[in-house]
Amino acid sequence: MTAANTDALLRVRALRKGFDGRVVLRDVGFAVDRGSIFSVLGPSGAGKSVLLKCLAGVEDPDGGEVFFEGRPLDFRERTVRDSFRRRCSFLFQGNALFDSLTALQNVALPLEQTTNLSRAEIRERAMQALAQLELDEHAGRYPGMLSGGMQKRLALARAIVTQPEMVFFDEPTAGLDPLRRNAVFAMIAKYQALFGFTALIVTHDVVEALAVSCMVALLHQGEICFSGTPEEFAASGHPVVQSFRDSPDALRATLDALRRGDALPQEEP
Amino acid sequence: MVGSIGSYTLSRIRGLGDFGLFVATSLGAIFATKRLPGRIGRAVYEQGFRCLPVILIVGAFTGMVLGLQGYYVLNRFGSEGLLGALVSLSLVREMAPVLAALMLVGQAGSALAAELGIQRNSEQIAALDTMGISSRGYLVTPRLLSAAFVFPAQTALFVAVGLWGGSLSGSLLLGVDPGVYWSSVYRAVDAEDVRECLIKAVTFGLLTTAICAYQGFHAHRIKGATGARAVSAATTKAVVISSIGILAADYIITSFLV
Repeated sequence: MTAANTDALLRVRALRKGFDGRVVLRDVGFAVDRGSIFSVLGPSGAGKSVLLKCLAGVEDPDGGEVFFEGRPLDFRERTVRDSFRRRCSFLFQGNALFDSLTALQNVALPLEQTTNLSRAEIRERAMQALAQLELDEHAGRYPGMLSGGMQKRLALARAIVTQPEMVFFDEPTAGLDPLRRNAVFAMIAKYQALFGFTALIVTHDVVEALAVSCMVALLHQGEICFSGTPEEFAASGHPVVQSFRDSPDALRATLDALRRGDALPQEEP
Repeated sequence: MVGSIGSYTLSRIRGLGDFGLFVATSLGAIFATKRLPGRIGRAVYEQGFRCLPVILIVGAFTGMVLGLQGYYVLNRFGSEGLLGALVSLSLVREMAPVLAALMLVGQAGSALAAELGIQRNSEQIAALDTMGISSRGYLVTPRLLSAAFVFPAQTALFVAVGLWGGSLSGSLLLGVDPGVYWSSVYRAVDAEDVRECLIKAVTFGLLTTAICAYQGFHAHRIKGATGARAVSAATTKAVVISSIGILAADYIITSFLV
């Protein structure tokens, strides 16, 4: 591996991944600046979650390079892997909370297992993280007793309790209604500004992602077909960007055609 | 034909190697896992206290049946006085370690496989890994360590309750003198028998817990099944393989120790 430019906190170059002969990621490359919010957009099944899992070391990529602070990230090397995981957190699509542990125990878990802090210090820091996410009153409750939004906040509290430099968000609004979607993106923007971490979000919520992100990339059929600012995305004439960005308009046109009794436009293969 | 046999054999050998690696890394994580005693305590509760009723009930009935069957066989030769020896040796050498292990697999082992399978499905295991926590050290190691002393303890309890069950049917119902029954027990069982019993219990405990943990931990690898079906398949596989493993290990240990 060669050294990468060090202006970006995370740099991905020509990342490849496949399952059983099916290519999921094809030479994916982008860079995430320190302290920014970077969103990877794409339809369901585009390979967004696989991309994030490759970056977090949950899946092994088939090829390509990942650089963190300009240094190659090789998860086979224990010291590199441990150092990266101490400095980064991962928010799973389904939250991945431990249902046999209370909210406080869930948040305290990474501190208990990865630091040498005393019990009192761990409790204090976990309570502080819960309070920052307005969950301190629910410290003794189990995740199953909390609402979907509270569970999301609890997962974020667990992610930030170790004061990470970077947080990976895997479809943070999957299955939520529009109001809750807005609330989750607002929460990410608020706490990113508060704690200053770098955020990498994979999502298919275009409007919300454009509103909070500094940079966006569009993943289509395993390839990054666009990378730029939200303004550039909004103005892009790239056909895939257009179809993804304008999908509500396309739906409206289809519905209008249906109402008029016209034949439905041919679906793309 | 030869090719498919070869590839099947290779996949089995790979599976065994993967299982060995799983157990080795789980045991190797003892020193990397913090607050292990608390986790072991919870595992002892799950494998020990929660399985207590089934061990007591099955142990008592096994002893009672042995008492009944043994009495009618020995009675033909006028040797009812040896009933205690028959019941105690049957229990200590074979029945207690095997039956207690099978009961523990049915209750605690299946629960362990299902719990780990669900944790795999809901990405809790991946979450531990991304937090820099050894998922094997956190989830598997305490269960393995707990099994090493819970299985012998449950087996000893099974023997004690079984002996009491044997005396209940032999002495109370069929009229064998209690003094004769218990003195026959004391004379028949020696230290070698107890050692064999404990070696079997520890082996069965470690083996079955490792099998159940392995199956649950890798529920996502079950071919042709995902989600709840994968968890169900992993749990069934864990119980079946563990049960066969107990009987196979019993034969191997007995053939070496007798």
